[in-house]
Amino acid sequence: MKGIGKGRGSLLLVLLLGLACLTAQADDLIMVRSAQDFPETMLALQEAIKAEGYQIARVQRVDIGLTRRGFKTDKYRVVFFGRNEEISRLIRQQPELAPYLPLKISIFAEGSETLVVTMNPLILAELYPDSPARPVFRRWAQDVQRILRRIRVAQ
Amino acid sequence: MRVVQYSLSLLLMIWLVLPAWAAEPDGRTLYEENCAACHGLRGFGGVGVPLALEGFQRVVTDEYLRKTIRLGRPGRVMPAFTRLSDDEVHAIIAYVRSWNNIPSPVYSDTPVRGDAAHGKQLFARHCAACHGPEGIGGKGTGVTFSRPREAPLIAPALNNAGFLAAASDAILRQTLLNGRRGTPMPSARELGLSDQDINDVVAYLRTLGKGTPELTDWETEPTYLVVETDIPIEQAVENVKRAVLGVNFRLIRIQYLNQGLVPAGKENRQQVIVYFCNFDFLYEALAIDPRVGIYLPCRITLVREGGVTRIMAVNPKRISRIFNNRELIRACGEMKEIYEQILDEASL
Repeated sequence: MKGIGKGRGSLLLVLLLGLACLTAQADDLIMVRSAQDFPETMLALQEAIKAEGYQIARVQRVDIGLTRRGFKTDKYRVVFFGRNEEISRLIRQQPELAPYLPLKISIFAEGSETLVVTMNPLILAELYPDSPARPVFRRWAQDVQRILRRIRVAQ
Repeated sequence: MRVVQYSLSLLLMIWLVLPAWAAEPDGRTLYEENCAACHGLRGFGGVGVPLALEGFQRVVTDEYLRKTIRLGRPGRVMPAFTRLSDDEVHAIIAYVRSWNNIPSPVYSDTPVRGDAAHGKQLFARHCAACHGPEGIGGKGTGVTFSRPREAPLIAPALNNAGFLAAASDAILRQTLLNGRRGTPMPSARELGLSDQDINDVVAYLRTLGKGTPELTDWETEPTYLVVETDIPIEQAVENVKRAVLGVNFRLIRIQYLNQGLVPAGKENRQQVIVYFCNFDFLYEALAIDPRVGIYLPCRITLVREGGVTRIMAVNPKRISRIFNNRELIRACGEMKEIYEQILDEASL
């Protein structure tokens, strides 16, 4: 029996995969609000990054003098992270990716709550449409979504 | 054999997709995933407006909320949520309504008739101080960490295409009549406006937004900024440092790109990042939109490969799209020019 032709079968699979992907469509900016205060959320963020197999390169303060300038908090940091062998390989293949690496997530206090924000790594696939690293961008996007989900669930 | 393969694949796909269709959307979870980051976990506001205000919920309809979610506010941070299903949007609205148990009001569809020219005069006298000339809205982004909590929101942009499409004449009229308790907005009655005056203001608001340009400046922008030179990386770094100081920015940190990801001493010395900052510029950017911190501090990246040193930066104008913030796009344009000056100077 050849009820389903190869072409029609493939089309069906593509359609169904497309439907499955609808739920995975992502925003350009990924944000999560934590009901926990800044130190606890920062801890949760760093643990989540490590749990996804990444190394934290460093934490940058972006808050020097903020309160003196009328801002309500001085708790604003950017966390840089990545995997060295992955980043080194990508820059070797495509040096123009370097300005966007390593990955980073910003975290800042808003009252007793904390906001965590990052660029969706899928944006890199849009910025570099011919990049051989597109599968890596997709994986990073999934990992970053999981990192932020861990923070949301942790509260 | 092939039929069996396809059948199994089909079953697998159905198994993957069906739960998402079959499950009742959970409004609270959807709200927390999509809205809470800006509007607060209980709708008290933040980067976005406070949705839990009783005065707001009494005036806006579910249809207004639905259109707002679907269309967003182009250029005013709130994105258009096109990927949510109708059921999911309804579930979010039901959850938002559950905070105060205030049902959606019912209004007449009859358009409001008024004298837009007179409304324009009234708007300039009573509304423009907060909502800006021609309803461009207040500056900044909601009640962020940079704003005092006593002011629960930045005056919305009334000329915004998303707002005008979402708000019916009746909603505009009712908002003017009631004012917005819990915000600085008084009732039109307190301002001494008559029914006809209110209609005139509504008629004027309907004339706004026609000439608001789309946020498409970024489309023709390059992904990144780069100059190439044959000078060694050490010399190029020195040039970048000098160029940064030349545009009145302060050097923050010079490091290897993979520093912190490898043991000390094992870094790739042919890949360097120069971080720098101008604090006035930083404060201004954060006051416009606190989310911009993911691109701070400013940085130039240098990579030496095959005898060529590339001096590179992200193109702030290109990436500004992701913030959906017209005010920020202007600042990003300025930052792009500064990066270009640094790159030009550093490659000499």
